[in-house]
Amino acid sequence: MRTLFCVFRKEFLDNLRDRRTLLSAIIFGPLFGPMLFGLMISRMLEQSAVESDEPLKITISGSGYAPGLTRFLEAQGAQLTKKEFTELQARAAVRAGHETPVIVMVPKEYPQLFSASSPAPVLLFADSADSQTRKIAERARQFLNAYGTMIAQQRLQIRGVNPTLAVPVAVNEADVATPSGRAVVVLGFMTYFVLFAVLMGGLYLAIDSTAGERERGSLEALLSLPVSRSALVGGKILATCAYMCISLALSLAAFVVAFRFVPLERFGMSANLGFGTALLCFLICLPFVPLGATLMTLVASFTRTYREAQTYLSMVLLIPTLPIAFASIYSLKTKGPLMFIPSLSQHLLMTSVLKDESLPVLDILVSGAASIGLAGLLFVMTARHWRRETMLG
Amino acid sequence: MMEAEALSKRFGTIEAAREVSFMARDGEITGLLGANGAGKSTCLRMLYGVLTPDSGRASVDGIDILGETSKARAHLGVLPHAAGLYNNLSARENIEYFGALHGMRRRTLRPRIAELTQALGMEEFIERRAKGFSQGQRIKVALARALVHNPGNVVLDEPTNGLDVMAIRNLREMLLALKAQGRCVLFSSHVMQEVAALCDRVVIIGRGRVLADATVTEIRGRRGASSLEEAFLQVLGNSEGVS
Repeated sequence: MRTLFCVFRKEFLDNLRDRRTLLSAIIFGPLFGPMLFGLMISRMLEQSAVESDEPLKITISGSGYAPGLTRFLEAQGAQLTKKEFTELQARAAVRAGHETPVIVMVPKEYPQLFSASSPAPVLLFADSADSQTRKIAERARQFLNAYGTMIAQQRLQIRGVNPTLAVPVAVNEADVATPSGRAVVVLGFMTYFVLFAVLMGGLYLAIDSTAGERERGSLEALLSLPVSRSALVGGKILATCAYMCISLALSLAAFVVAFRFVPLERFGMSANLGFGTALLCFLICLPFVPLGATLMTLVASFTRTYREAQTYLSMVLLIPTLPIAFASIYSLKTKGPLMFIPSLSQHLLMTSVLKDESLPVLDILVSGAASIGLAGLLFVMTARHWRRETMLG
Repeated sequence: MMEAEALSKRFGTIEAAREVSFMARDGEITGLLGANGAGKSTCLRMLYGVLTPDSGRASVDGIDILGETSKARAHLGVLPHAAGLYNNLSARENIEYFGALHGMRRRTLRPRIAELTQALGMEEFIERRAKGFSQGQRIKVALARALVHNPGNVVLDEPTNGLDVMAIRNLREMLLALKAQGRCVLFSSHVMQEVAALCDRVVIIGRGRVLADATVTEIRGRRGASSLEEAFLQVLGNSEGVS
């Protein structure tokens, strides 16, 4: 017990002074996810705002030739700026982004052709390479088409023809994407980053206390001390756990802050990540900590150098993604048997918490017990490996 | 006192040690001389119990290293071939860590480290972090770390490797001081002059076997050789490559 604590204290202190450990435990691991998350959400918000909320801004040239069209566009709520261009000027203006993203130009032959019931030309200038304005151009096109349809129907009616004859097929489109469906993608993303941060927090300590110890040549001296090898490696794993807990707490805190700034309600998601929920998420993830720590320490114990350990452990970092990817493909729900699978169970439980669904206490207990049980098994394997003489390398 | 009794160890097809027996006595410096790959490190590692011999027995002060590992190791200070320090810890913290793992309490640890600091001349850098230490400074800290629990027996595996002339001289003085305190010192080397200058007894190892075990003068006398170098070469056979 004394050995355990002694090793724990040394590893904790040693790595507290190591910039690489601190960077991954405190900065990179916990903050990377929430930052990316915030960025992604705000981008989604931006695009949806463009879609519906803002009035469509159009610059129109030659509006005097088409007063009917101009009135129609204004009636649809478009904000019109009237300004005269030549065709070349219009092209240049749209490309340079000086004016509104879309310019509608009515040429001077329009009135004559319009009254002759011939197709009257209207030019629409837009930049299809610009993904941000593509939607705006799309809406402007819809408005122009709507005007065209309206005029066509009026002309048919005047000539005594039923306008519906010109509409042989009525297409009704239904978008079945539900707000909660969209939420699953976003939340899966978030829970992955929480689990990723947990592993990142202990990554460098797991490497430093095993492969690092061997590479710098301090391992043999340590192994020739009159202490139990289980206590030795146990202390190292405990220190790894401590850093992972810090990472986990920081990561959840960062998400709490990130959620404050993102009005998730607009996606029909409940922004249910306050202090209490974060605490619950912390408890749900806590059993994952010793599992990750023993797994990383075990893998790193087999490697000879820092570099080798990094290679193998970056694969370990991917492990939590697999069940989560699986879960989103098959849209798995929180169910009893799945609680036996670590990382998947934490993901499902956290997702339920965030969606404000009720959680059976049994599920939380099973998830925790499964992770801790597996951690215990891995610890036995690690301790056994440390007792072998091949540990010397 | 340390004793190896018919230690044998095999790594696959390589016989690293074959029936190796020798004894290192208290108040003496015993040198384990042999070429690179002759099996010196393997023998020492079996002696301090990080390798298990296929057959044979090793003991420290009469305590079996395999039977009562912890008890035997409490009598033993080890400076392995690779004696790396923790760069983020100060020299003092490096030594304290090993002292604490030996079960020493703070009130015994403090005066002991003060004593070692003075004996090894570490006053200048004892509070500094080990990152950027010279080889000479590193070996002092590593030696202090091996001696922190005041062991009666000290094993050093190629301690002079990578040291400059001054540092080797320092180390030599340190070993002589340990001998004067009545400790049993056992060290390995492939440098003949070093062994000749320092040791009371020499155990010459070649291809995993003990080729000679005697005092320096005995080896010289028995062979009738004019110089020590010639005597060693006769024992080893010319191909062993001892420098």
